[in-house]
Amino acid sequence: MISDITLGQFFPGYSPLHKLDPRTKIILAVLSIVAIFFANNAVSFALLTLAAVVMIAISRISFKVILRGIRPIIIILLFTAVLNILMTDGKGTPLVEFWIISIYTEGIVRAVFMALRVVLLIVITSMLLTYTTSPISLTDGLESLLSPLKVIRVPVHTFAMMMSIALRFIPTLIEETEKIMNAQKSRGADFSSGGLIKRAKALIPILIPLIVSSFKRAEELATAMECRCYRGDKNRTKLVKLQFKGRDIVWFLAIAAITAGIILLSILPYKFVSPGIIYDIAFFKI
Amino acid sequence: MKDEIIRTENLSFTYESDGDEVLVEDKLRGVKNISLSVKRGEYVAVLGHNGSGKSTLAKLLNMIISPDSGKIFIDGVDVTAEDFTEDDVYNTRRKIGMVFQNPDNQLVATVVEEDVAFGPENLGLPREEIRRRVNSALDKVGMTAYAHHAPHKLSGGQKQRVAIAGIIAMKPEVIIFDESTAMLDPLGRRDVVGIMEQLNREEGITVINITHYMDEAARADRVVIINDGQIAADGTTREVFSKVELLHKMGLESTQGNELLYSLGLSGEKISGEGLTSEECVEAILGYLQGKVK
Repeated sequence: MISDITLGQFFPGYSPLHKLDPRTKIILAVLSIVAIFFANNAVSFALLTLAAVVMIAISRISFKVILRGIRPIIIILLFTAVLNILMTDGKGTPLVEFWIISIYTEGIVRAVFMALRVVLLIVITSMLLTYTTSPISLTDGLESLLSPLKVIRVPVHTFAMMMSIALRFIPTLIEETEKIMNAQKSRGADFSSGGLIKRAKALIPILIPLIVSSFKRAEELATAMECRCYRGDKNRTKLVKLQFKGRDIVWFLAIAAITAGIILLSILPYKFVSPGIIYDIAFFKI
Repeated sequence: MKDEIIRTENLSFTYESDGDEVLVEDKLRGVKNISLSVKRGEYVAVLGHNGSGKSTLAKLLNMIISPDSGKIFIDGVDVTAEDFTEDDVYNTRRKIGMVFQNPDNQLVATVVEEDVAFGPENLGLPREEIRRRVNSALDKVGMTAYAHHAPHKLSGGQKQRVAIAGIIAMKPEVIIFDESTAMLDPLGRRDVVGIMEQLNREEGITVINITHYMDEAARADRVVIINDGQIAADGTTREVFSKVELLHKMGLESTQGNELLYSLGLSGEKISGEGLTSEECVEAILGYLQGKVK
């Protein structure tokens, strides 16, 4: 059944990472992205990798799932790595010199950093957001974080409501698509043979009834919501209120410290470390 | 009258089409000159075949559409008055809950509990009060065990029970069921009708059940029949269902018992008595047969 697919790759659970306030997780994700882009030396990357590993361990999500998340970008990773290796000019003598190709240590380091940066970006954001936060609490978190924008009349609540209704109706519409497909199949429609254009054309008899019924649903839902006294966020209260707890502060401080450290490392001149082989490896700046 | 919760006076409404094509369906669905009075605590069934205008009446009562002419009083307040503001609509609407036909299209949230909370949240109630109402509403419809489930994984009847809980949690004085059982299987239907009756008897909520199922209507205290947008009959259930010929003229049927007695009557067996329920019908026939034997 198509309706079995998990939405947005969320894995329900009760790990400390799942229990974090969605707002904290959104903030942490933003901080981590900043840190990842500032990272330009081995120490910084080691710190970030450590953070990612800790998150994976805590969330109790299997390593396989995470590898599966990275798989689609392996080709892009390889491509950028190869380009980085080939195109970077180094200061010293090249490691390999062959025809027009010359590979320098800097190129290899840069390729590794670049690949690591992309992998960390995906792993950390998906650990914090997609894997451990249900779409609905993500929406709640966003609404709450963006609520200051209400002052300048940004309809934050409306957007959040639209998001959550969209999420609510995805399984319903998938079910309906299945029904329509079966109905059309029983009349002899063929969805699985022919070229790309033929297959795309075969989808029209599914899409049109689906769109028509979605409009009907939308109208009925709007009526039902109005009957339940919905009038936007005017005088509206909430059953579940987001509340920052101790663990939110702990996580925030930890990630904020790492981010601050990485930013400092990337902008400070390393005059205080005597140059040498260790300096080269640890603080290799790109 | 103080115990009158809903009153309409000469209510009329026609659907207008903006294009050249007039949908025949829409032309039919309007209402004409409806004058109806519902008392607090009544259990009324509104009966009519498809396109008779019964759903239009429901929408008028809940201020989803406003009438072309006529007046509607909800709890003594004229909701059709010129100076009736948005806020007044909101304050009046909380007295009237409505359960629709398709349970999928009235559930808003991705968790049962949060959906039930949607109404009370809109009313701006404090969190503890919302929590209390959600728990008690779920308990009343027997869905407490599913509080944290996703609505799309429930059966039709269960979804409809959640939708009802969402209305109960708003503590309305009237609940209008607009063909709420039409899409359910027999089991789901039985549950929903059971809840209607329980709400009416135990909570004193006025229940208006708009339906085209005779057996459901037969369980109400009062039946209003709408035909071609007009009230064709209005009386106690017993009265209305005994007019078998009138019902037939409007393309409706009476209860099975009444139908049987009517058919027997046509074939020459004049049986006195009524067949609102099967038991009554059996008794009437038995009495008749015993009379014959003697």
